Amino acid sequence: MIPAQFEYKSASSVQEALSMLGENDKILGGGHSLIPAMKLRLNMPEALIDISKIEKLKEITDNEATITIGAGATHASIAAHKALKNHAPMIAEAAGMIGDIQVRNRGTIGGSIAHADPSADWPAVLLAADAKIVIANATGSREVDVDQFFQGFYTTALEDNEIITAIRIPKSAANANSCYEKFVQPASRFAIVGCAAAVEKNGDSVSSARIAFSGVSDAPYRAKEVETALKGGDLSEEHLDMACAGVTSDVSVMSDHFASEKYRAHLATVYAKRALRRL
Amino acid sequence: MMSNRITTTINGQSVTKEVEGRTTLSTFLREDMNLTGTHIGCDTSGCGACTVLLDGKAVKSCTILAAQVDGSEVKTIEGLAQNGQLHPLQAAFKEKHGLQCGFCTPGMIMLAVDFLESNPSPSEDEIRHALEGNFCRCTGYHNIVESIKHAAENMSGVPA
Repeated sequence: MIPAQFEYKSASSVQEALSMLGENDKILGGGHSLIPAMKLRLNMPEALIDISKIEKLKEITDNEATITIGAGATHASIAAHKALKNHAPMIAEAAGMIGDIQVRNRGTIGGSIAHADPSADWPAVLLAADAKIVIANATGSREVDVDQFFQGFYTTALEDNEIITAIRIPKSAANANSCYEKFVQPASRFAIVGCAAAVEKNGDSVSSARIAFSGVSDAPYRAKEVETALKGGDLSEEHLDMACAGVTSDVSVMSDHFASEKYRAHLATVYAKRALRRL
Repeated sequence: MMSNRITTTINGQSVTKEVEGRTTLSTFLREDMNLTGTHIGCDTSGCGACTVLLDGKAVKSCTILAAQVDGSEVKTIEGLAQNGQLHPLQAAFKEKHGLQCGFCTPGMIMLAVDFLESNPSPSEDEIRHALEGNFCRCTGYHNIVESIKHAAENMSGVPA
C-alpha cells in the first residue's frame, strides 16, 4: 500500500507552514490518521506540510485558569501530564486509552481532532471539557468553542488554509471531577462507544454536567437531555436510570458490523452510567 | 520523482540518503538499508510487526515517512545485540520460547524495550496491556508475556 506521489515539506514554524500550505495540500502531524488514509488513496494531497518538528506545538502549559495543550502534543505526553491529571483527569485518562503504546507515542491531539473520526476518543472528551480550539491562519488566530468545532461526519470548523495550534482546557470544578469510559473495538482500539463526563456537584446534588459521546452517531455529540436531567439530583442508581434514559434521543445511532444500532444505544446508556458512577 | 535528502542515525551509524516523500520508514529500512528484521505485517499501523525505536520511543514505522526521521535516531532489532551478546529481551525470548513463527518477534521485542524502560518491573497484567498494539497470529501470547517478564527480572539493575 503506497500513497500517491506528493511533495514532502518540513516547516519550522506555524507561520512557515501557513505560507507553504497550498489549496490541495495537507498538514502532517503524527500522521496516524492521514498516512493510512493516503495509503488507501482516500487522500491524495499534492504536498504534505510536516509540522511535527515544531517544538513549540508540543508544549503543554499550565496557566492560571486554563491548561493549554499544543496541537502537536502526543497522546503519550498528555497521558503523563500531572496538571492535566489533577485539573481534568478525563483528559489524561482518555489520552492513555487511545490506540496502543506506539500510537500514543506518535499520534497527536491536533491531528486527531482535525481528522474528526466519529469513533475517535478526543472529540467526546473535548466536548465534555468545554475546550476551546485555537486555530492559526494567514491573518492571525481565532478561538473556536468546541461546541462549534465538531460539525458532522469527519467535518470541523477548520478551513483548508488553517492550522490548529492548541487546545485550551478550562480548570473548572466540573473538569476536576471528570472521567472517560469506553467500549473498545479490540483490534483498532477506536471507541464503539466512548462517554466523557464532567460533573460539578454541590454536596451530593449535581449543579452542572457535560456528557458527550464518541462512536455512537456519525459525529460526536453532547447528550443535552441527560445533562439537564442530571441537574438538581444526586448520582444515585435511581437518578442515573432516569437521567441516562435519553442518551441517544437527539441523534441517529450508527450501525455497523461491530455493533447494531440497538446494541450501540444500549451501550451508550451503560457507559454513561459507568462514567457517572465514578464521579 | 521529488526526493528529499535525509541524514539519520540508524543503529548508531549516521546515514545520508535520498528518499521519495511517500516512502515509509519501514520500506526505507528494508529496501534502502537492507534491515529486513523490521517486518511489515498489516501496513496499516494495527499489528505492530514494524515497531522500531525512534529517538528511544517505540513507534510503528509503517505509519511514519522516512523523510520525517531526518535528524532523528532510529534503532531496529538489528541494533540490539552488542558485541555478539544478545540483548536481555532477545535472550529471554529464546530461553522462554517466545518465538513461534517469529514474524511478530522483532516488533514485540522493540516495543518491550521501550515498555521496560518506563516500567522496569511490570505485572503480568501490565505486560498484556502493553502488547495491545502487537499481534501474534500464532496465538502464542503466553510465552511472549513470560519472555518479557523474564527479561525484566534479568534486566533489573542492568542498563539496557
